[in-house]
Amino acid sequence: MGRGGPPSRKRGCLVAFLEQMARWLPERVVANAEMGALLGCDAEWIRNVSGIEERRFAAPEETTVHMAVEAARQCLADAGIRPSDIGYLLCSCGSGERRFPGPAASIASALGCVEIPAIDLPLASAGALVALDLARDLAPRYGRVLVVATEKMSTVALTQPLERGVSMLFGDGAGACIVSPDKGRLQIVDSLVASDGQFADDLALPFASPLSMNGRSVILHASRKIPRAISMLLERNGLRPSDAAAYVMHQANLNLIWKVADALEVASERFFTNIARYGNTSSASLLIAAAELMDSNPPQPGQYAVLTAFGAGYQWGAMLLRAA
Amino acid sequence: MNPQHQLILQLVKKVSRKDSSPQPEESLFESGYLDSFALPDLVSELEAQFGVKIPDSDLNPRKFDSIERIASYLEERAHKGA
Repeated sequence: MGRGGPPSRKRGCLVAFLEQMARWLPERVVANAEMGALLGCDAEWIRNVSGIEERRFAAPEETTVHMAVEAARQCLADAGIRPSDIGYLLCSCGSGERRFPGPAASIASALGCVEIPAIDLPLASAGALVALDLARDLAPRYGRVLVVATEKMSTVALTQPLERGVSMLFGDGAGACIVSPDKGRLQIVDSLVASDGQFADDLALPFASPLSMNGRSVILHASRKIPRAISMLLERNGLRPSDAAAYVMHQANLNLIWKVADALEVASERFFTNIARYGNTSSASLLIAAAELMDSNPPQPGQYAVLTAFGAGYQWGAMLLRAA
Repeated sequence: MNPQHQLILQLVKKVSRKDSSPQPEESLFESGYLDSFALPDLVSELEAQFGVKIPDSDLNPRKFDSIERIASYLEERAHKGA
């Protein structure tokens, strides 16, 4: 398991921080009643099986690049830094408008980040976590790394033929995070990412076809791999699940989030959730949720927080943070 | 039903919170005994009650779709572990 392997792979010499986070959501709210009418199902059924009450759908001109740029500009403004202060850009996006290039270079250009590396990570759901893990290593070498995760999942949700168990899940949005080598509100203590390609076809978006999702497989694997990854990460840092004040998980399904909380024997109140309002925004959800947590109820100095995600691939992982 | 089938049935009824009993070859998903969120609970119960570790590579929902399939899988697992 990647960094879930021997504790000796923990890198004590590299330090990085989450300096600032921001998010951007489209204005259009699509309630369950509207989706239910479209999909031929009950609004209450959607809420019961997913925890979702509404989601946001982007307008046609609000592309993945547009949403990412909006979130990134807010992030830079809130941090009080200029685009020229960014040394590297990582973009997670599994729902880009074209096969190539991905959104990264266009985002860098729109922001005025001139001639920096701008790399795409087409990793649905877990992409933001993987990007943060990479940024942790890149920041000491390149300076501030801008991580963005942007998803226009409405195009996936509305692809014919509509499948109610899939289409009702998704929403659009973007999140951004500046990873700094020397200062920030949250220090990255440790992180762990892993993959298992044996079940790659159980969650896949083929070209010119609807999303293919074996929900039973996804939930089965996620409900076992996520708690295991978190436990491993905490244990190798001498911590227990109850030692983390806050958990932010990819907002895939509220029932899955509660299942992970149960497995860790952690009070569900410690898990920040916003899936009721935004649905599953794939890889963007982790940064959107983390940004909202930092605005509403940030960990206090010295407290620990855990980010975690699971997605197509399968790819999954966890990141341990400590409030500065 | 042999004792192994009986124990599997008990575990299915426990995680599904149903009093009725499915037939050995009946699909637990199609008949409503299992859904996506009950399946992980059943797998954990099987591991605990049968003393086996089910590896991630075997986490294919089809292996757990009926009492008969679960029994076959557990036998296969026992042979591999022997």
